[in-house]
Amino acid sequence: MWKFLLPFVAFVALVVLFAFGLNPKRDIHALPSPLIGKAAPQFTLSDVLDPSRTVSNASLKGQVYVLNVWGTWCGECRVEHPQLLAIAQTHVVPIIGLVYLDQRDKAAQWLEELGNPYQAVAFDSDGRTAINWGVYGAPETFLVDGKGRIIYKFISPMTQDVWDREFLPRIAAARRDGA
Amino acid sequence: MAAELGIFSLILAFVLSLSQAFFGLAGAWRNKPAWMSVARPAVTGQFVFVAMAFACLVYCFVNDDFSVLYVARNSNSHLPLFYKVAALWGAHEGSLLLWIMILSIWSVAVAAFSRHLPVTFSSRVLGVMGLISGGFMLFTLWTSSPFLRLIPAASDGADLNPVLQDFALAIHPPMLYTGYVGFSVAFAFAIAAMLEGRLDQAWAKWTRPWTIFAWLFQTIGIALGSWWAYYELGWGGWGFWDPVENASGMPWLVGTALIHSLSVTEKRGIFKSWTLLLAIFAFSLSLVGTFLVRSGVLVSVHSFATDPTRGLYILAFLVLTIGGSLTLYAWRAPKLYAPGGFELFSREFFLLVNNVLLVGVAGLVLWGTLSPLVYELLGIGKISVGPPVFALMFLVPMLPLMVFLAIGMHSAWRRGKLTATARPLWWLLALAVALALAVQGLVFGKFHWVGLIGFSFGLWIIFSALLEPLRRLRQKQTLTAAVLGMCIAHFGVGMFAIGASGVESYKIEKDVALKPGGSYSIAGYDFKFVNAANVRGPNYDAVEALVDVTRDGRTVAILKPQKRHFWVQQTDNSHAAISVNWARDLFVAMGNPLGDDAWSMRIQYKPLVRYIWLGAMVMAIGGCVAATDRRYRVKVPAGAPQMAGAPPDADPKPGLA
Repeated sequence: MWKFLLPFVAFVALVVLFAFGLNPKRDIHALPSPLIGKAAPQFTLSDVLDPSRTVSNASLKGQVYVLNVWGTWCGECRVEHPQLLAIAQTHVVPIIGLVYLDQRDKAAQWLEELGNPYQAVAFDSDGRTAINWGVYGAPETFLVDGKGRIIYKFISPMTQDVWDREFLPRIAAARRDGA
Repeated sequence: MAAELGIFSLILAFVLSLSQAFFGLAGAWRNKPAWMSVARPAVTGQFVFVAMAFACLVYCFVNDDFSVLYVARNSNSHLPLFYKVAALWGAHEGSLLLWIMILSIWSVAVAAFSRHLPVTFSSRVLGVMGLISGGFMLFTLWTSSPFLRLIPAASDGADLNPVLQDFALAIHPPMLYTGYVGFSVAFAFAIAAMLEGRLDQAWAKWTRPWTIFAWLFQTIGIALGSWWAYYELGWGGWGFWDPVENASGMPWLVGTALIHSLSVTEKRGIFKSWTLLLAIFAFSLSLVGTFLVRSGVLVSVHSFATDPTRGLYILAFLVLTIGGSLTLYAWRAPKLYAPGGFELFSREFFLLVNNVLLVGVAGLVLWGTLSPLVYELLGIGKISVGPPVFALMFLVPMLPLMVFLAIGMHSAWRRGKLTATARPLWWLLALAVALALAVQGLVFGKFHWVGLIGFSFGLWIIFSALLEPLRRLRQKQTLTAAVLGMCIAHFGVGMFAIGASGVESYKIEKDVALKPGGSYSIAGYDFKFVNAANVRGPNYDAVEALVDVTRDGRTVAILKPQKRHFWVQQTDNSHAAISVNWARDLFVAMGNPLGDDAWSMRIQYKPLVRYIWLGAMVMAIGGCVAATDRRYRVKVPAGAPQMAGAPPDADPKPGLA
């Protein structure tokens, strides 16, 4: 009667999953993106806080900037939010937000409640821009250089360590090359 | 001194729970009456010492003993007395002690009310409960003692999280835990039945009231949590997607399925292995919820401070209890098969559909909760893949569930035809749809699909639930408590459907900036911000706004929302003001000062929102009525077939099992 063993088998799978979840070395990691080194896809979207304004990355040409993809439905985004606020405080680089598959009032409330680290937040209601950028999910953070090329992509919540180790050196290098 | 006495009591309780487990299980296995007779006194002793440990911790909180680390972290001398006691379960260690306390109360209740059961069976039940108690006590003593000393003592405590300083939330954990832990009784009954290798209709009859009681406490607990989130988190939602919320939702769904499956096992002696599995699942999901909340595996808005050792311990405990019980299930359940057919559209069929849908929803919720972890395991990164379609995943199975519920109440056992009472059902559906449309047109003035479906089916379920009691009343027949309870609980389901669909269809939420004297109108109500003043509470300062709500020039309510600043934790907390009546809530919460005396305010109109929680309360009342049915109190010799309360068309051979 193999069918009576099914619950047990499902439970074993669950235990494997939980054991993995408990692994202290469980690591966040960057996935390679085919877009690295390529020109960042253009977007012109409305500002989430003010629908009458637009946010476009065309106006950022010549600047190194960070694009952070998030949504209010994403629990991990809430986790990384304080880190983004801390990074924004250092004024190293402008952070552009891309909120996708979301509702405008929810996103606005999120920013009011948790603080706003973004120079501007583009509202990608149908997620098309996110698809163009090869977004798997939220949160993801892209680094774009002065020539408008994506030079780095990080998946998972931002941490201070990742910022110091992966982003800051690349930002410095991009500025050196761009000058 | 109290802290040391507490830890000493807990150690004694642990030893007693082990002896309860050993003598209960080994005594039944070797059939030694002397051993088995030890189980019951061990339960009593365990309860006494757990109660003493609990009282010691209460004593430390009430007397501001800040030399106890846990008290220093979670209380403060300025905290009102009620919250000092509630602070006991405000964090991980104390809430575990509360869990153990409640488990020992359930154990004592089982010990007291199981004297008429066969002695080997009741010993096994108590033995299994002893194992569970022991596991949790060892967990507390090993990784999470609330009695650790802080040397030197703190001069004052760090205070209870302001968000938790609220009446509904203070009583929410005890209710919810009573439900969670209560499913351990059904679990223990299931394990004992598998160990005995015998499961008959009498077994279902013993198990059912315990399950219903656990379920009703959980219903109340979840409703309180939802009500709290509604007014305390300040944004007026009544439920949201969060691992901790889900953790309480899954056992409830499976527990609801279990209650219904048990009724089939009780009446017909079939669905046995399925009922067993549900009994294991309901409690297992409670344990999994505990694991998710306390291990830090998932991110939640309100998870506890985490520690990998704790996660590892609970995981090991899960493997032993759930893994052990499922192994036992795979071994013993095939032998419990009982033949017994039923036709399409019979009562059994409807209850089976109910089970499949409820368990399906629980499965979807489990998947939704764990999917971030699965994605991470597969190497996609720690991300959420898209906005949850959970609302949809939840609603789609709920629609057929409501339809089957309205019809299924009037189906007959075995035979696929409805009883005579069901005859008006179809024109009642037409009436419900017409009423729903009328309410939409005349009251809300706008058509809405969700509202139409929710109102129609909600009303239909209410009508359907009234049919049977009305018929019996008219014909001067008596109604058993079980049937009456069922009708009441289903009436509550209808109320819930109306409330949830009404508020989702017609709510209005506005964030506005208002200066004193300014006003804003929604849904015909005029909200006028009169002024703001400073007030002082026992442990906070606050700005209190005076908002005058008028309709057609007449004052409807004067609302006083507060923005509180708690002294100790230096945190702000918005305390909403709500005007309530039978048809709608008006809700004002203060946001942030915008300078120049202006404030941002969240103004909301929430029609019918009360029926969500009232519906849940009515469901719980229904459960309470059903569980006190006479047939659950009549003492019958073990194994005797049960006829009391059976419907006239019951199986002619009820002892078939």
